[in-house]
Amino acid sequence: MSHADDHEGTRRDFLYYATISAGAVAAGAAIWPLVNQMNPSADVQALSSIRVDVGGVEPGTQITVKWLGKPVFIRRRTEADLASANAVDVSTLPDPIARNANIDAGAPATDINRALLAPGMEDGTDSEWLVMMGVCTHLGCVPLGDGAGDFGGWFCPCHGSHYDSAGRIRKGPAPTNLPVPPASFEDESTILLG
Amino acid sequence: MGGIPHDHYEPNSRGEKWLYKRLPIVGLFYDTLMLPTPKNLNWMWIWGIVLTFCLALQIVTGIVLAMHYTPHVDFAFASVEHIMRNVNGGHFIRYLHMNGASLFFVAVYAHIFRGLYYGSYKAPREVTWIIGMLIYLMMMGTAFMGYVLPWGQMSFWGATVITGLFGAIPFIGEPIQTWLLGGPAVDNATLNRFFSLHYLLPFIISALVAVHIWAFHTTGNNNPTGVEVRRTSKAEAEKDTVPFWPYFVIKDLFALTIILIVFFAIVGFMPNYLGHPDNYIEANALSTPSHIVPEWYFLPFYAILRAFTADVWVVMGASWITGGIVDAKFFGVLAMFGAIAVMALAPWLDTSSVRSGRYRPMFKWWFALLVLDFFVLMWAGAMPAEGIYGVISLIASAYWFGYFLIVLPLLGVIEKPLPIPATIEDDFNAHMAAKTGGMNAIVNPAE
Repeated sequence: MSHADDHEGTRRDFLYYATISAGAVAAGAAIWPLVNQMNPSADVQALSSIRVDVGGVEPGTQITVKWLGKPVFIRRRTEADLASANAVDVSTLPDPIARNANIDAGAPATDINRALLAPGMEDGTDSEWLVMMGVCTHLGCVPLGDGAGDFGGWFCPCHGSHYDSAGRIRKGPAPTNLPVPPASFEDESTILLG
Repeated sequence: MGGIPHDHYEPNSRGEKWLYKRLPIVGLFYDTLMLPTPKNLNWMWIWGIVLTFCLALQIVTGIVLAMHYTPHVDFAFASVEHIMRNVNGGHFIRYLHMNGASLFFVAVYAHIFRGLYYGSYKAPREVTWIIGMLIYLMMMGTAFMGYVLPWGQMSFWGATVITGLFGAIPFIGEPIQTWLLGGPAVDNATLNRFFSLHYLLPFIISALVAVHIWAFHTTGNNNPTGVEVRRTSKAEAEKDTVPFWPYFVIKDLFALTIILIVFFAIVGFMPNYLGHPDNYIEANALSTPSHIVPEWYFLPFYAILRAFTADVWVVMGASWITGGIVDAKFFGVLAMFGAIAVMALAPWLDTSSVRSGRYRPMFKWWFALLVLDFFVLMWAGAMPAEGIYGVISLIASAYWFGYFLIVLPLLGVIEKPLPIPATIEDDFNAHMAAKTGGMNAIVNPAE
């Protein structure tokens, strides 16, 4: 290489940097396919939306369906569930955000903002239907349902996170509420997920 | 090899000379095997051989198992049952592999704590220590992925929880988790890549083991006194050492025999004692076992992961300083990896000029407490994440960090060490010679 006081680049300098650059680009181009092959494959990406028949779900019961490899809880809640969910001051919740993919990202975690409107219901009314991911936001276990935990909702057995009857985190290590996936009623008894 | 003067390989026969001029490989093995080894090594210096044996056992049994195993979500569980019921001797080979992992970790923990007590990590052996820590990390990765392969409930949910750790990284966590899993959740893509990597990593470990051995053959072994072998002349060095072959090979093989008697008793009579019954239930993405517990060798670090919940003041402080980027979940992950990182940094955290804990009156007690702390964490990690267990985990985690970050740096300043023997020969004559008539043979098992 050239001396420190020799500022004029030589032909050899140019070839040196050109070779190093070409080598770096070639190495990057060779590594990228090896990294990218580990991303989700086309068939995995294709399973993006499903339809669920909820005609047989009575108040006070829930079903669990598998969507994108993860469980989704669909619960038809009772009046008591709604009352206890609405009795909480949202600002006191560990996570005061609704985490509902169907509404504004920063909406507050009121029960109305968490629930899914059934056909024929007006906006701004509370629904008995709660559709949310059945994956604890702590480390991904499936919480136990049917009124489990200290708040009459769900309880994650792995590390002790308690969710209330609106699926909001109330106690334990989980950082956020159980997220509500993109969902809507297609007709009286069918929910479209995704 | 190394700085200790000793005889080197000389080719004698015509054939040896012919090969030596072309490839001095016999010399490499000779010098490795005839390494001058401090003659006062006690029974805590046997774990290297046990670990080498474990690595070989796991590779051999693993290759055999791979001949009968199918890495697919629909067949993995059934193929493991096929190994257990149909393959000739398959149940035995699988139980060897399963419990071999446990023996591997028993040995590695004994080996690590040996190094921590006798100051084997201190200059000039820092590189040996760091490579050892890398081997330990790779062992954990390999063991974790291997545990996923039978595709039982614990496999599936263990994989979900552990890969979820990467999802806790702020901003880039979720793409990384998806990339690791090959999809939104643990599924076939995950199982396939874990099988591939579980097969690969032991060979990388083998290469690192060779470098580990190379590193400590360059510096020479540490020994219970922490006093270096004299190297000014071959005659002096020979007063402090005996060749690795046959003296320590025979001693180590004797120890290995005793350990294998216990190991085979476990493999033969209680092969599932260290496992979880839930892993004989096929993986089900819609139902979490009521109590997810990792394998015993991960429990201390699992306890540290769970200890830092959102109501702990350091977590609240970290969250406040970073504006919420470091939440309890990410803090727990940092703490878990940090617990291993502080151990890897021990050579630079320990300020004492005395190497061996034998001559450090205060250090002894703190070290004993660290060993106890390790077992407390292991126990707490197996308990449910509720109530008093959380408090115990937190206190035990705090001591783990306190030992490395506060006790080790401070002790070197405030502790007055005991007198150290001038040479290894002096120590040997004082403690071992009388019982053995001045020969190198059995050392005191109570060491």
